Amino acid sequence: MSGAEKIAVRVTEVTPLNDLVTRFRFEPVDGGLLPTFSGGAHTVVEMQDGAITRLNPYSLMSDPFDQSAYTISVRRDDEGRGGSLFMHKSVSVGDEMVISNPVNLFSLDLRAKKHLMIAGGIGITPFLAQIKQLDRAHGNWELHYACRSQALGSYVDYLTDTHPNDVNVYYDDQDQAIDLENLTDRQPLGTHIYVCGPKGMINWVRAKSTDLGWPREAIHYEEFLAPQPGKPFEVKLAVSNKVIQVGEQESLLEAIERAGVDAPYLCRGGACGMCETRVIDYTGNFIHRDHWLEDDEHASGEKIMPCVSRFEGKTLVLDR
Amino acid sequence: MSKFEFPPSIRSRPVYGTLEVRAGKHHLMIADAAGAEAILDVATPDLMAKTHIIYIPRGADFEDKLRALNPAQFYEGPSYAASVSRIQRVLQDASMGLQVYLTGTEGLMGQAQNEAMQAGIPHTAIQTEHRGSVARRMQCVHCKGITEDVETDPFVCSHCGLNLFVRDHYSRRLAAYQAVCIDAEDPGNVPAQKGIYATETEQ
Repeated sequence: MSGAEKIAVRVTEVTPLNDLVTRFRFEPVDGGLLPTFSGGAHTVVEMQDGAITRLNPYSLMSDPFDQSAYTISVRRDDEGRGGSLFMHKSVSVGDEMVISNPVNLFSLDLRAKKHLMIAGGIGITPFLAQIKQLDRAHGNWELHYACRSQALGSYVDYLTDTHPNDVNVYYDDQDQAIDLENLTDRQPLGTHIYVCGPKGMINWVRAKSTDLGWPREAIHYEEFLAPQPGKPFEVKLAVSNKVIQVGEQESLLEAIERAGVDAPYLCRGGACGMCETRVIDYTGNFIHRDHWLEDDEHASGEKIMPCVSRFEGKTLVLDR
Repeated sequence: MSKFEFPPSIRSRPVYGTLEVRAGKHHLMIADAAGAEAILDVATPDLMAKTHIIYIPRGADFEDKLRALNPAQFYEGPSYAASVSRIQRVLQDASMGLQVYLTGTEGLMGQAQNEAMQAGIPHTAIQTEHRGSVARRMQCVHCKGITEDVETDPFVCSHCGLNLFVRDHYSRRLAAYQAVCIDAEDPGNVPAQKGIYATETEQ
């Protein structure tokens, strides 16, 4: 079976935070201890939504050293494919679920002299765990957190109560914005920058810090791409000798799994590179949505990341 | 002066590039001896207006040419040891976006890279260009003493007196290559001394 090792858990708390975000607490069914993790790690939550199995990654936001439970916060996406809606509408206290061992694609670089964190909206969650990790190590950090409004500012009160001097909050509806130019221009040597939030924010922070001469190695970002719905298409899996249909609402990876073919994956969000698959033949166009492959690889027609990317056309044959 | 082509070696051996101007509001260039020529090659008035040059001549005569570039700051030091406290201070006061350029001998580049790394710059973000002498900074793995400017292989440790073989095994932490006793099994059986790159074309 692909992916990280699985853990059977029970939902022990469901806590609505505001109109969009609900927090879930998972405790192991067997009463044992969960693995510790490092701040920035995520878990892949399996959701049995009728006949559909959804596997969605969520950042762990609890204390990385707390082995009694993991917590995640899920933002409801009414336009999405239904994973977050399922969590909001169908999951309740007492339910048993399966989650994966933690996987970290957004870890702190502990060589940094200072950690500068930029969060947008629900992108705050990995930082909550990182802050707990850094507090324990007396790390030097500073958070700049942009949210839509006070009402939608998840964990703002908690953060400003516990770290009044290190947390800076910006509300869009009050026309407050991060002064990124000055912020990135006055950081001591050895600072690393971390950004998690909407794509536009990630691109903005990466471009600004790069323009100012920040080394690539000091710029860290995480954006989970949810697979987008699209036109159904047909795929031939050459190794397993199967022809499968990818439905409008499912990803290519999900369709491969539904056909009983074990395909490698880790993040399911276009970031980790694990599910990279070789294209044997195609007639049509790829809709590449990952940020793993380079532009020239996207153009080559030789590789696809089935967790988030799709295809439109007549024939697609994959080496799977 | 043409650049020396180091022969291909193990992965541990540092590889040097050619300096290129990168984005940034502040630039620090540290050079010794013929490294001055690499600075002269990339210098533009625009770049020099935001550049601090730290230069250790080691007998070379480039001071006037470097000063004529009109850098934002220019310092000429009598030796690396005499200049290192200044390098540390500049790095301590610097902010993110500082670009570091190192050029000249391997010993100078390795030691200055170590300072920049300790200040928090990833080593892969530090530019280097080798110029001038191909002599090496060697650490005797037995007594741990450093012998500077080693040009021959084998050589005698300047601290413990062992006959040492020049390896390509390099330590970024020490900014030195490793030197191992060559006659440990059969004391006194020491191969004839030759230039480190004697089988290659000498510069």
